[in-house]
Amino acid sequence: MKIIYTDILVIGGGLAGLRTATGVKSRGHDVIVLSLVPPKRSHSAAAQGGMQASLANSFMGQGDNEDIHFEDTIKGSDWGADQKVVRMFVNTAPKAIRELTHWGVPWSRVKQGDHQAIINTKKVTITEQDNAHGLITARDFGGTKKWRTCYTSDGTGHSMLYAMDNKAHEQKIDVRERMEAVALIHENKRCYGAIVRNLMTGELSAFVAKATTIATGGYGRIYSVSTNAVICEGMGQAIALETGIATLGNMEAIQFHPTAIVPVGILTTEGCRGDGGVLRDVDGYRFMPDYEPQKKDLASRDVVSRRMIEHLRKGKGVSSRYGDHLWLDITLLGRKHIEKNLREVKEICESFLGIDPAKEWIPVRPTQHYSMGGIRTNYTGESQTLKGLYACGEAACWDIHGFNRLGGNSVSETVVSGMLAAEYIADFCDKAESSVDVNSNTIGSFLQQEKDKIEFLLNNENGEDAYELRQSMEQIMMDKVGIFRNGTELEHAVNELKALLLRSNNIEVKRSKSRAANPALVNAYRTQRMLKIALTAAYGALLRTESRGAHSREDYPERNDEEWLKRTIMSWPDPDSDVPVVSYEQLDIKSMELPPGFRGYGKDMTIQHPDSEIRREEIKKCLSNAREQGMDRFKVQAELMAYEDLLPEKYRGKNERLVEPLATRPSRKS
Amino acid sequence: MKIETNRRLKISILRFDPHVKGDKPRMETYEIEEAPGMTLFIALNDIRQHHDASLKFDFVCRAGICGSCAMIINGKPDLACRTLTKKLPGEITLAPLPVFELIGDLSVFTGNWMRGLNERLEAWIHEEESEFNFNLLEEPMEPELADEIYELDRCIECGCCVAGCGTIQMREEFVGAVGLNKIARYQLDPRDKRSDKDYYDLIGDEDGVFGCMTLLGCEDVCPKNLPLQSKIAYLRRKMLTIGMKDKSGCGC
Ligand SMILES: Cc1cc2nc3c(=O)[nH]c(=O)nc-3n(C[C@H](O)[C@H](O)[C@H](O)COP(=O)(O)OP(=O)(O)OC[C@H]3O[C@@H](n4cnc5c(N)ncnc54)[C@H](O)[C@@H]3O)c2cc1C
Repeated sequence: MKIIYTDILVIGGGLAGLRTATGVKSRGHDVIVLSLVPPKRSHSAAAQGGMQASLANSFMGQGDNEDIHFEDTIKGSDWGADQKVVRMFVNTAPKAIRELTHWGVPWSRVKQGDHQAIINTKKVTITEQDNAHGLITARDFGGTKKWRTCYTSDGTGHSMLYAMDNKAHEQKIDVRERMEAVALIHENKRCYGAIVRNLMTGELSAFVAKATTIATGGYGRIYSVSTNAVICEGMGQAIALETGIATLGNMEAIQFHPTAIVPVGILTTEGCRGDGGVLRDVDGYRFMPDYEPQKKDLASRDVVSRRMIEHLRKGKGVSSRYGDHLWLDITLLGRKHIEKNLREVKEICESFLGIDPAKEWIPVRPTQHYSMGGIRTNYTGESQTLKGLYACGEAACWDIHGFNRLGGNSVSETVVSGMLAAEYIADFCDKAESSVDVNSNTIGSFLQQEKDKIEFLLNNENGEDAYELRQSMEQIMMDKVGIFRNGTELEHAVNELKALLLRSNNIEVKRSKSRAANPALVNAYRTQRMLKIALTAAYGALLRTESRGAHSREDYPERNDEEWLKRTIMSWPDPDSDVPVVSYEQLDIKSMELPPGFRGYGKDMTIQHPDSEIRREEIKKCLSNAREQGMDRFKVQAELMAYEDLLPEKYRGKNERLVEPLATRPSRKS
Repeated sequence: MKIETNRRLKISILRFDPHVKGDKPRMETYEIEEAPGMTLFIALNDIRQHHDASLKFDFVCRAGICGSCAMIINGKPDLACRTLTKKLPGEITLAPLPVFELIGDLSVFTGNWMRGLNERLEAWIHEEESEFNFNLLEEPMEPELADEIYELDRCIECGCCVAGCGTIQMREEFVGAVGLNKIARYQLDPRDKRSDKDYYDLIGDEDGVFGCMTLLGCEDVCPKNLPLQSKIAYLRRKMLTIGMKDKSGCGC
């Protein structure tokens, strides 16, 4: 039995995993990072549009600060987010971006003086201030009051991930690529690492650690068409679920991005619309202002995606052999802008569609894009039920996105959650209670279990074809657990997925029997796990009889705060059961800084919770009181909802802005 | 109306699994029906699913962004995911990238090669002893300079330039265009405090910038169209000057 010991095992080499690893390493702990692929090829590399941080450098970002970022994020989440965690996030995001700058990310910068921008299809001249020259600039993104999304052209994730991975090299962090965690080792509600399969040799080994962090990204690939990389298969969530102890939160909260190209589902960034692009229908008509006169094409993602489907249903789509689609028009931005700030988009259009987006419109359709749900953690990133297990990044439900994530908030979250989790993990590992106290028989039996599963898959006869099961699952998710959902279809989806799950116990790896690198074997065991993830999403969606954020029920169109202001929590304690165990975690309005209100899209259909009004009154009083006492915005915020003591001490400081200089600042070198 | 009939594609793949005892490299040919908009990503998955479940290849983003799927396509290194079959003749030959360790069939271990290179070139920002404070405004940078750095930062470590490089065939330790591009990137970046002499020590020899035979193989095959040759030429001039100074004993 091969056992490797380390202090901290990080499963995942994307932005979240690498930032966790560099953090704990800086605190003097040993760490091993596992990744399916070279870390620089993690899906984080595909993030195009940008990272939100309220720097307020650019003219259109002036006046921005943590408070506005907070408000945008909570509204975006349709009040599903954990408000204290969002506060921690918005306060750390500017620090995160500045640290990344220090590590080498070549963020696009403010250039003083006039420049042209397209706003609401009109050319406008924006004048940047002289004192902002050379600072990090930002672009507009959906659902934000200010231009807050910082970027490097449209290769933001790439630049961030490269800087981060290079930092990991500098720190000599031990990264093992092409290694897949296939099970978590745990005993007495305490996690001690993972069983890991080498994807090149097939060898199984045990990585034993004081703390284990899952940073494996999202689960978009349970859908047949997704903007996600092909490795975003939800394996992190699945192995957590298979412990029977760790819980998943809000798995039904799945985001559909308005503009993926048809048919292959590759993303064109929200930056296209942020920079002034618009959606058009079969008649070339710009339809979004009719639906959302205020935010138009830049309403929140869930809203734009729904409006697009509504418009398609009215017969306004462009028909094609791949089904109906709409157009994304960025021709109005001009070639120069496209070639500088949207060059990945341009390359994608050229390579996959054979079109020049500076001259032609891009065929698009809303497509699965982001997993708001994931491993449920508390604010430290630790599982609420399995000690020693942490999760961060898209894999987690930490929960800053609630039922709809704002564009640009995800790469921001990956880094921030990695920074914060690293501190809490290091704190934990500094304590005696973190010592590894696991029976070696336990490790052995976890290892044996995985060996047996693989042998069964390879030796089974007359079994099921995993590719077939997987395709059926993907299609069910597409057809029945999509943008608009309803009880009848969801019920079918759940039943069909249950049947597939049962059949998946009898998978046989056909025609490819190698125990070493074997794509068919990998597909077989992942399909079994993906079916469980698909079930948590479909089942959660069936049970949630309201519409909130990206979860939209045609049979329950209201957001129902009275009954549903709560997180769906799932676990899978009985491996033989065909559904997860469900419970709910109530959100407490009385402690919210921003009580539930109207998001500002369409008609207000909210069923109010009585506490919302009470809390609003309380806040009103508190605010007028604060004004009388002349409190600054930080004091006021602390009065409404204190959160600062939750942050690791080093991240509690205020963020400097041009209009908010820090008194203690040493003079800046010129 | 014109009725389009889809082509039958003949895709020949160099197969070899070093993990299977006694396995020998061989070409295997698969026939599949071409579909509109088909890329090699779609074609290879089709083959895996319907013809040979053991076929090994790597895709991650399948959007030309992550660099996982470089392979030799009809003799030329390129990204398979964004290669449309309609741009190729009906007979297509695929082989794994040379130079890198073979995992099996079309899958190669570029990751360890690139990490080795990064460590050798210390491809990260070298700061001075600093008291960096992330609460403060970031250091300003000229917008044009940031753009220029980004231009070189766009390398996706796919390995195409390494596969297309004449020098590497002869000098195993040659850092390749990917390595020289990295040095050019850091040399441009004021945040990296290394001196030209430091860079010289890394690439001022035949395994570095003086090894390049200017065969242009790299720039021709770079899927991101990086200005590799002009950057290598620039670095060569720069390093020559430093080398001369060094030899003259000035050392400055
Ligand atoms: C096309 C696209 C564009 C986007 N653009 C933006 C944007 O502009 N702004 C924004 O904020 N967000 C954007 N997002 C979202 C954002 O990119 C992701 O949410 C984020 O990068 C996820 O990072 P992560 O570190 O959590 O996971 P990932 O980057 O997905 O990394 C997951 C890691 O886990 C590893 N892994 C997975 N399973 C296992 C296992 N079982 N064992 C070992 N390792 C494993 C993988 O190898 C990988 O290293 C975009 C997403 C897509 C799909």
